[in-house]
Amino acid sequence: MNLLMIIRVAFRALVRNKMRAALTMLGIIIGVAAVIAMVSIGQGASASVQAQIESIGTNLLFVSAGAQNVGGVRSGTGDTGTNTLTVDDLDAIKREVPSVSMVTPNVNARSQLVAGNMNWNTGVTGVSEQYPEIRKWPVATGSFFTDADVRTAARVIVIGQTLADNLYPGADPIGQDIRVMNLPFRIVGVMARKGQDPQGRDQDDVAFAPYTTVQKKILGRDRVQIAFVSAISQDATYTAQSQITDLLRQRHKLTASEPNDFTVRNMTDVAEAANETSKTMTILLACIAGVSLLVGGIGIMNIMLVSVTERTREIGIRMAIGARSSAVRSQFLIESIVLSLTGGAIGIILGVVLSLVIPAFLGWPTLVSMMAIIGSVLFSAAVGIFFGYYPARKAASLDPIEALRYE
Amino acid sequence: MSTTFAVEPQEFQPAVGFRTQVPEARPVIELDHIHKTYTMGDVEVHALRGVSLTIREGEFVAIMGASGSGKSTTMNIIGCLDRPTRGTYILDGEDVSQMSKDERADIRCQKIGFVFQGFNLLSRTSALENVELPMLYLGVDAATRHQRAIEALAAVGLSGREQNHPNQLSGGQQQRVAVARSLVNNPALILADEPTGNLDSRTSVEVMEIFQRLNRERGITLVLVTHEPDIAEYADRVVVFKDGKIKSDRPVEHRRNAAEELKNLPIIEDDDDEDEE
Repeated sequence: MNLLMIIRVAFRALVRNKMRAALTMLGIIIGVAAVIAMVSIGQGASASVQAQIESIGTNLLFVSAGAQNVGGVRSGTGDTGTNTLTVDDLDAIKREVPSVSMVTPNVNARSQLVAGNMNWNTGVTGVSEQYPEIRKWPVATGSFFTDADVRTAARVIVIGQTLADNLYPGADPIGQDIRVMNLPFRIVGVMARKGQDPQGRDQDDVAFAPYTTVQKKILGRDRVQIAFVSAISQDATYTAQSQITDLLRQRHKLTASEPNDFTVRNMTDVAEAANETSKTMTILLACIAGVSLLVGGIGIMNIMLVSVTERTREIGIRMAIGARSSAVRSQFLIESIVLSLTGGAIGIILGVVLSLVIPAFLGWPTLVSMMAIIGSVLFSAAVGIFFGYYPARKAASLDPIEALRYE
Repeated sequence: MSTTFAVEPQEFQPAVGFRTQVPEARPVIELDHIHKTYTMGDVEVHALRGVSLTIREGEFVAIMGASGSGKSTTMNIIGCLDRPTRGTYILDGEDVSQMSKDERADIRCQKIGFVFQGFNLLSRTSALENVELPMLYLGVDAATRHQRAIEALAAVGLSGREQNHPNQLSGGQQQRVAVARSLVNNPALILADEPTGNLDSRTSVEVMEIFQRLNRERGITLVLVTHEPDIAEYADRVVVFKDGKIKSDRPVEHRRNAAEELKNLPIIEDDDDEDEE
């Protein structure tokens, strides 16, 4: 008796009891659908975090003044009271570290901006002309200021979309004058719209001026709190991180026992941490869904056991007319595998549909994972074999004489 | 394994009662000092105490006895459903007394056809599929299975009922499906366990007519277990069991002819539309 025939026998037996087969499959259907939907939600979250990090730039490094722990006193990085990072340091990084391609300081000055009879309070950020490239943030209209503007500390400014909307509603801000701390600045460009960051802050509520201008004309000090550094590639970020650290320690004349008075952070680390978090979440969700799959499997075993008892006579007949124990065992095993695989297939469809529908109803991003689908198929087959084996063995071990006598 | 079941009734019909057993015919069943002991708790039950019995090809033997006489145990051993505790059983030239479970399953599949009191058909399964079942376990290909099942159903007068499920058939028709199933693998032996126990008297005669016809026309060896003496008279030899031993073994003196009796029986409106076959 070949496998194909056994499969056909198993199928016929299932078709004879459609309602029961459908209800038994329900457990597996729900389990598989849950696994796929949950993993999709997890992967979706992971992908959106990843996308946000990539939008910042994965070969990005932060260099900030101060360290998390100086002499036992913990201070936040980029503390305005810490004057350990200078423009010279940044120039040295740019000049001497080969794995670094671009550097921009990031000096912040909060101020009231006045344009005609309108005004707006925002942070004016002093950066270098390489800022748009480092942050992967292009200019929408006009242009960014130039190298020459930085050298001459020109009073030029590039504004974010929120400013453009609020100070120049319906007008073109390019070429207009805007007053910052009573100094007139000429608007040379408007940044592209960036939207909200993951914390919900408006990233377009900004203005950029040459850092030299901000330091000399607005802040009146030449220290830098934070700088963005771009490594030549994502792989080079770790090299850049250690080379910058070495360079700055040397420049700050720190002895081996002294801790860093600056902090270099790597965006790849941040990305990996975020990735790790969402991976943990995905695994957690999948585990919870996996429990329902397990419960579904136990349901199959339950029904198969009932089925073996109920069909004792059928088993007796099959054995009497010449079915070997192995044929009976295979039949019941295949019935249970067919149940779980069919349930798995329906579950996959349901799970994928759920994954596609969830973003529309709940607003959560989802990403259907091929791994979850393949995993579910394998798992449901395993469930069928595992939970079908005991009932099948029970069926195969029946004595035909007893089985035929069974009422 | 291509056997045709084309039955041409009334072509050659000697008076069944005068049929003489050919002594040289090959033995199909040889039971030699069969003992069967069951252990029930601490008590040993001796179901069979040295049964020796030879049944030759083409014989139609009825086994009788009260309940507890050992006839069911003998039946189970002959049918290879059970093994003797002691003694040897040679079925169709093969010693099956010490065979494993799987070997006996194969023997049952190839050499024995079963007909039971309770019909024992698979429910929610067509007559055709029920008849195909033994061939499935023998590994016969689908086309041959189909062909032979149709022929077997025709041989028991159930042409046109192939797609009916057991619950759409009368008791007599169900038993005839069971007979068709028993003969479809062309067995050396058909074993019928109280085949008329659930049937009314006319249907019983009809089933016995089929058995007599198969026995006469195809020379199929038949062993019939019954407790009804008048049913036993359709056989040509009656073996009576008592207390785990054979009490008597004699030929039937006035053998009944089911076909003749059917002609004289009033037709009761039941499932007789196939008698005119």
